[in-house]
Amino acid sequence: MRLLSSGSTALLVELDTLDDVLALYAALADDPPAGVVDVVPAARTVLLVTDPGRTTLAAVADAVRRTTPRPGGRATGDAVELPVHYDGVDLAELAELLDLTPEELVQRHTGAEWTVAFCGFSPGFGYLTQPGADWDVPRRATPRTKVPPGSVALAGEFSGVYPRESPGGWQLIGRTDVAVFDLGREPAALLRPATRVRFVVAG
Amino acid sequence: MNGALTVLAPGPLTTVQDTGRPGQAALGIGRSGSCDRDSAALANRLVGNPVDAAVLEVTFGGLAVRAEADLLVVTTGARCPGAPHAAPTLLRRGQELRLGLPVSGLRSYLAVRGGVDVVPVLGSRATDVLAGLGPAVVAAGDVLPVGEPSAPLPGVDLAPVAEPCAGELTVSVLPGPRADWFGDPGWTGLTGQAWTVTSESNRVGLRLAGEPLRRIRDGELPSEGMERGALQVPPSGTPVLFLADHPVTGGYPVIGYVTDADVDRCGQLRPGQTLRFRAG
Repeated sequence: MRLLSSGSTALLVELDTLDDVLALYAALADDPPAGVVDVVPAARTVLLVTDPGRTTLAAVADAVRRTTPRPGGRATGDAVELPVHYDGVDLAELAELLDLTPEELVQRHTGAEWTVAFCGFSPGFGYLTQPGADWDVPRRATPRTKVPPGSVALAGEFSGVYPRESPGGWQLIGRTDVAVFDLGREPAALLRPATRVRFVVAG
Repeated sequence: MNGALTVLAPGPLTTVQDTGRPGQAALGIGRSGSCDRDSAALANRLVGNPVDAAVLEVTFGGLAVRAEADLLVVTTGARCPGAPHAAPTLLRRGQELRLGLPVSGLRSYLAVRGGVDVVPVLGSRATDVLAGLGPAVVAAGDVLPVGEPSAPLPGVDLAPVAEPCAGELTVSVLPGPRADWFGDPGWTGLTGQAWTVTSESNRVGLRLAGEPLRRIRDGELPSEGMERGALQVPPSGTPVLFLADHPVTGGYPVIGYVTDADVDRCGQLRPGQTLRFRAG
């Protein structure tokens, strides 16, 4: 665990693996150190944002060092089924790149449960991992300026669903009609850390 | 409802802002809120509002409103001709308030006693222009409801405050988590030149022009959490200074952070102004 300076009000904790991140996040999110207003997990880091009037970075660093990580909480959330039309513009090219047929790629994507590791990029965008799988998907060389909402995509070890139209560099393999972020729903974000996701071929 | 403000003209950009949405970053929802937090808090204090009451953030003046009831109003931040600057003023029903071009600075805050009472979204009335969350950008014809006063008036006639910097601004910067990606030459480059604020700047961040900073190592950075004040360096080498509507995570290295006490002063910089970073 490395503690990296992130200005006068935040601390960035760097870890070796995503599992280490999620184990530390699980412990911190449940019982955040006093004065911490946001805990932000990502691929290899956890950012702790403080209210400078209520704590010091030294006190937060001490609290992080004393925290006992809680592994094994990866897939403890609700189960969600997302029907996908596998007609993404990058499906054929990506399948070839991975030495698969498009059908085999879809089978891998639908064949096992995914879980939301963390969120970011935009409200409701979940970074999903498929435990046991070894996805290693390159990003597009040039990001698209507009990715349609509902696009189901792959990049690195992750899959994700674009909540709204935005720029994006991930490989688009399909689309879902399910709104993953809807302010008219409580909670608005369907994909939250530890949510389990099963992609199915839309009928 | 305790009356309303009818918007006659919004100026270049007016948004509703408050203290934002803390505690939701793990869902990809950034904090947002006023770019110049001290000015917004002062405006609320002067009209007896709680610190988290919603105000109007007016970018480069131009806002015109009409009071639909007798309302106590005040402006802070960038001083605009025609505005009740740092001096709470009763706006009579039917009376209009027109903000001219600010003398210095970029963002003015208009507080009304009772607060701007539009419908909150995810616990806040702040408009996040990056995420597309919160109330719509203020437009001509909008009728902005005003809430009930919830605290006594402070009895202050005029608050002496410093004007935003009109020339070159110098702020304190601390090393960021990826300062080592740029080494000593990068840090010297960051702190040793005057950066120019470009016109591509907005509530998300200040895009700076200057001599590019060069990485001393290769590789891709997995996206990581970032906070207001981060100086993120994209492949172009010219940093972006993140302000209120910054993304929750970013994939380019952060060389440094402007201290929390100084970052809001950067939110008052206009395109063309210069900015220097002083270590420490």
